[in-house]
Amino acid sequence: MTSTEHGAPPSARSADPRPAATATGRRPGRNRGTLMSRLDVKGSPYLFIAPFFVLFGVFGLFPLLYTVWVSLHEWSLIGGNEGFIGLDNYVRLATDAKFWLALYNTLGIFLIAVVPQLLLALTLADVLNRRIRGQSAFRMTLILPYITSIAALAIVFSQLFGSEFGLINQALGYLGFDPINWRGDKYFSWVAIAVMIDWRWTGYNALIYLAAMQAVPKDVYEAASLDGASRLRQFFQITIPMLRPTIIFTVIISTIGQMQLFTEPAIFDTGGNMAGGTQGQFQTVMMLVFQEAFRYGNYGYGSAIAWVLFVLVVVLGLVNTLISSRIKGA
Amino acid sequence: MMTKRVRGARAVAAIVGGGAVLLATACGGGGGEDGGEVTLVLDTFGVMGFEDRIAAFEEENPGITVEERNIVDTADYTPQLQQNIASGSGAGDVVAIEEANIAQFIAQDDRFVDLNDHGGAELEENFLAWKWEQGHTPDGKLVGLGTDIGSMGVCYNVQLFEDAGLPTDREEVGELWPTWEEFISTGEEFMEADTGASFVSTIQPYFRAVSAQAGGAVYQDEQGELVLESNDTTRAAFDTVTAMSEAGLSASLPIWSDEWNAGIQNNTFATLPCPAWMLGHIESTAGDAGEGRWDVAAVPGGSGNWGGSFLAVPEQSEHPEEAAALAEFLTAPEGQLSTWNAVNTLPSSPEALESEEVQSFTRPYFNDAPVGEIYVPSAMELEPVYYGPDTQAIDDAFRAALESVEQGQASPDEAWDTAVGEAERATGEG
Repeated sequence: MTSTEHGAPPSARSADPRPAATATGRRPGRNRGTLMSRLDVKGSPYLFIAPFFVLFGVFGLFPLLYTVWVSLHEWSLIGGNEGFIGLDNYVRLATDAKFWLALYNTLGIFLIAVVPQLLLALTLADVLNRRIRGQSAFRMTLILPYITSIAALAIVFSQLFGSEFGLINQALGYLGFDPINWRGDKYFSWVAIAVMIDWRWTGYNALIYLAAMQAVPKDVYEAASLDGASRLRQFFQITIPMLRPTIIFTVIISTIGQMQLFTEPAIFDTGGNMAGGTQGQFQTVMMLVFQEAFRYGNYGYGSAIAWVLFVLVVVLGLVNTLISSRIKGA
Repeated sequence: MMTKRVRGARAVAAIVGGGAVLLATACGGGGGEDGGEVTLVLDTFGVMGFEDRIAAFEEENPGITVEERNIVDTADYTPQLQQNIASGSGAGDVVAIEEANIAQFIAQDDRFVDLNDHGGAELEENFLAWKWEQGHTPDGKLVGLGTDIGSMGVCYNVQLFEDAGLPTDREEVGELWPTWEEFISTGEEFMEADTGASFVSTIQPYFRAVSAQAGGAVYQDEQGELVLESNDTTRAAFDTVTAMSEAGLSASLPIWSDEWNAGIQNNTFATLPCPAWMLGHIESTAGDAGEGRWDVAAVPGGSGNWGGSFLAVPEQSEHPEEAAALAEFLTAPEGQLSTWNAVNTLPSSPEALESEEVQSFTRPYFNDAPVGEIYVPSAMELEPVYYGPDTQAIDDAFRAALESVEQGQASPDEAWDTAVGEAERATGEG
């Protein structure tokens, strides 16, 4: 057992009795034994984390790379692979007005949905972080929209935003306003979708904020109160700075989620052909991917759009990280 | 997947020994065999009314069991069937295919059995000419045998017609509009009466009705090339229905939307293009309160069809001979009459259409309208229409374009260009 020349740390060696037994048993096996033990020490950790990476490779990485492969081909539902065409799909995408429109829609809906959503979530969390009656009931209510089925969401919001018999338009009618064509008018359709998104996700983000707020030491607030700081001042000068990492986290997660926005506009649409309104008023990039690949059977072009979207998400994620590290540094 | 799994199970069973009994119960999918016993799987959607004929088939063919697998919604059924056909396993031995999707499957004709090889060629007289044609590939392979058809009429709201001072008798109503121009002028007259309702719900279904009347290729020819710019008929149909919108006749309610259904209940519009199956939709939507409020008249232009289905035998079937026999049995005139009696789907067999049972049929909900008498001539007169493999997607594009016209977002010319652009994307020409 003079193994120091092999350079393995003695503590690791003694932790594993198996190679030692092999080594004393047969002399020719000694080298193999130490090799096995080194492999065991160095390899086992990888083996333990392997299940995740294997599954990720099969269900995450492989489809991702295969999408790149498909996007370099003319590839259809019925005909299958119809030949390598290089970057033609990407060239086409660069000049495709529908893609740019979809990207514009996605970013537009992102802005009008996420900014109010996070502000509202922060406010809600702050309110629920105080001593109020029925605290846990309110906190539980927050998560209700998130666990409500999408089908129910679709039914309720189509009743609300109907142009002819919709509740909101009827209310507007009583107040003497003209009805709004919620699906036909581009910006109103964005508002309707943003409302659906916020209804579903505000509570989710509020809960994350709430959890973070509870980690803020109470004595900081007590000290501030003694010094005469108002609640508003406490919120801006204690809560927000203490929550900065959490806020950054939610912004990044929301950005990634919203860039791939699909469910809400898809159920808001009539017909399910993923056109996003009669003129693509609210067709998002993900809807365009779905329409090209599964409605029009152009897997190659659909993959190209999906891949560009992925790159955009990565870039936006990096920009987020960059900005947030600056904020942290400041 | 299914057949592979069954084959794997068979190998294991052979090793274990005596597994044949197990196997017979295990194979629900691709059809299996056990000592001369054959199980055929029949994939259907919606309500097809085959039950009686399946029982008759099993009686005439001892040793064959037919198992019907039904998925109600075609929107779920068709993609699943497409995947099973593309992957080469999992589909039934006989599968039902809806009219809008038939060309898509015919384009994959190497995955289907040519029914000509199983005596299908002699069955021509069992079907209306256009229905027979739709089941063939351009080079004459017989993929699908017709079951039912939709035919075409116009449903109208009796009460609204009365309020507007228009005739309410279905004969007289039909005489108001021998052509689409006269349909539009009747609509203008209706709108002048100011009943508060619109004349049409949305122009989209009329586009389908008008474009089919011209016959021939509507969107794509048999080589899959777009014909939108080269044939005048599709553009003419587009102009006819956008004229309805320009004349202010449309309520602009997207078809099948909640609002559209609410419109049927609330007398929001006066007419609807009405294939035979639409009568069932009106009846279930308008409910008891709507009984006697809707009636059905002849369609302008006289002919038409919307909807209907086919039966086909996928190449992956292990019992093509028996499966073809089942498809032929179910689509024979007696089979179609049986489904007519069961669920009132209009037959595609001229013999069944001319039978007393169909001709004398009346529908109480629609003021005892002689449904058979109205629909049969419309189906008989239709010129063969060809819908290409990308029909569903092109139809969706035209739907969006027409809705953008009636909602005032685009001029007819702009909408046409948009629809053509989308059609080019859908066919891979864009």
